[in-house]
Amino acid sequence: MTLDIRDLVVEHRSPGRPVVRAVAGASLTVSPGEVVGLVGESGCGKSTLARAACGLNPVTEGSITFEGRPVAPLGLRRRRETGIQMVFQDPYASLNPRRRVGDQIADGLRTARDTAATPADLLERVGLPRDFAGRHPHEFSGGQRQRVAIARALAARPRMLIGDEPISALDASAQAQVATLMRDLAVDAGAGLLFISHDLSVVRLIADRIAVMYLGRIVEVGDTAEVWANPRHPYTRALLGAIPRPDGMGVLPAELPGDVPDPANPPGGCRFHPRCPLVMDVCRDEEPRFGPVACWLHEAK
Amino acid sequence: MTSRSVLDISGLKVSIGGREVLRGVDLSLAEGRVHGLAGESGSGKTMTGLAVLGLLPHGARATGRIALGDRDLLTLPPRELNRVRGGEVAMVFQDPATSLHPMLTVGRQLTEHMRHHLGVDKAEARARAVELLGKVRIPGADEAFGRFPHQFSGGMRQRVAIAIALACSPKVLIADEPTTALDVTVQAGVLRLLRGLCDELGLAVLLVTHDLGVMSAIADEVSVMREGLVVETGPRGQVLREPAHPYTRSLLDALPDSSPEPPGSAPEPPDARTDSSPDSPTGETA
Ligand SMILES: Nc1ncnc2c1ncn2[C@@H]1O[C@H](COP(=O)(O)OP(=O)(O)OP(=O)(O)O)[C@@H](O)[C@H]1O
Ligand SMILES: Nc1ncnc2c1ncn2[C@@H]1O[C@H](COP(=O)(O)OP(=O)(O)OP(=O)(O)O)[C@@H](O)[C@H]1O
Ligand SMILES: [Mg+2]
Ligand SMILES: [Mg+2]
Repeated sequence: MTLDIRDLVVEHRSPGRPVVRAVAGASLTVSPGEVVGLVGESGCGKSTLARAACGLNPVTEGSITFEGRPVAPLGLRRRRETGIQMVFQDPYASLNPRRRVGDQIADGLRTARDTAATPADLLERVGLPRDFAGRHPHEFSGGQRQRVAIARALAARPRMLIGDEPISALDASAQAQVATLMRDLAVDAGAGLLFISHDLSVVRLIADRIAVMYLGRIVEVGDTAEVWANPRHPYTRALLGAIPRPDGMGVLPAELPGDVPDPANPPGGCRFHPRCPLVMDVCRDEEPRFGPVACWLHEAK
Repeated sequence: MTSRSVLDISGLKVSIGGREVLRGVDLSLAEGRVHGLAGESGSGKTMTGLAVLGLLPHGARATGRIALGDRDLLTLPPRELNRVRGGEVAMVFQDPATSLHPMLTVGRQLTEHMRHHLGVDKAEARARAVELLGKVRIPGADEAFGRFPHQFSGGMRQRVAIAIALACSPKVLIADEPTTALDVTVQAGVLRLLRGLCDELGLAVLLVTHDLGVMSAIADEVSVMREGLVVETGPRGQVLREPAHPYTRSLLDALPDSSPEPPGSAPEPPDARTDSSPDSPTGETA
């Protein structure tokens, strides 16, 4: 029941525009009962990778298999049949605006042939009042809508759950609670969870492993506690160093120097080299194509 | 630190379908200051922002007062309100899809606003638009000008929405969770941009955010909402360090990583870590 992404390349092509290589050779696995947190700079290709894993973005090169079978391109409708469910970054993309949310959750329950639970039960699990089932998506606040999208995905009892910023609109206490719920439900059912989030403290709370992505590639993977305590890739260090602290001091966090790179025109050599504080000659010439830390300072001996 | 108040919300009540979602909100925004607004999901933060812009959902009833200078926005005729909206007062919506038209290029959306409100010519509007896209850290700003919203990532759309809100040099910016879709390094850039606009141009900002780290980094005043009411207001340091209301305290206690030291932040090899004091601003690039 493993999701296995190997050397994945995904390109966005649109007429009259340069080809955007949003995912440029990324490998990642998510095992049953495992929670993997995927973090990285805005625009680095996280959503593209997630959508490809659901069969929603065509694969240019490389492979994606789930339970040993290749993930086939799918329309949104038939997504449920694969056993993979995704909570989209934009909750409106997960929900049909014209149908009551209770009916949409009921669809998921039918997929799982679950006759015991009701939509109201699922709403309750994600911390919403039971009578919200009769509402339409626009009648919710931002955070409430995200909870509904999670309830809908959970109803189908997926064997792999992909959450793309699923809880970004919730307050701190609700985030911890809903993220833990997602983890518990996935782990107890032996399903995998790929959790994309900008909130590193939540990732730290629920993920077994962290994968750090930069400009289409996974630059560091490791045990959550280990990456947190001892980040090795210079990008991971910059990322962890920019978390603002709620100490009331009014300190603006550090920015990464240099321009955010354009995936249509990536720098040669190591993709991070123009912004890296530790850049060496080799970094300008050659891309570090190895893991678990794709950095010339951490070449496996 | 005496600064002029530019927007005063007092006794704002809003009901939708007979249910009162705002029950008497008081908030005040001052020139050059960031007022942070936190609170429970569903407590009415977005409704407060929408009320200022006159964009409440259909069938909503609002009472109270929203004073912009000597005008009450709640009673302003629609045509005048239209002029205020997107001109003097701009909003970044929580859901970037709401801020952006799916069928128009982002360049067109940026420049149309400017030409309408500022009366600048096409070339000037374009130059300004590209500059703004760069300021919100959109890579390849010149090329990005001609792209459609769906050709950007979620966080890029959010930044484009910020650029559109800033296009007409508003006096008041209502930013509803403007950095939720951003990673922390890009977020740092956007926060620095907003702080700079306050300090240099006197922009007044209402920043809705559930991220208390963001609040701590940029807000001057902090208010906390619950069930349609502001339950606590005060200077940043006071609210975040000595919260008076139990709900505020519960938010601070819920932070998953309030305990140990922050992760390694020194850009040196692992063993040679020279821990800089966590309170000192690092990497000034502004
Ligand atoms: N169109 C609508 N019709 C009826 N009720 C609504 C509508 N939109 C929002 N509400 C309700 O109004 C209340 C306040 O919503 P609001 O969007 O202001 O919350 P919020 O504080 O911004 O929450 P969040 O942090 O989740 O975005 C919520 O209880 C919500 O369910
Ligand atoms: N349909 C599309 N056409 C062209 N380019 C696209 C399209 N969708 C995404 N892109 C580009 O692909 C890159 C990766 O986008 P993606 O949405 O995967 O990023 P992301 O890591 O999810 O970012 P965020 O954290 O901001 O959501 C971005 O540069 C984006 O502009
Ligand atoms: Mg995304
Ligand atoms: Mg809201």
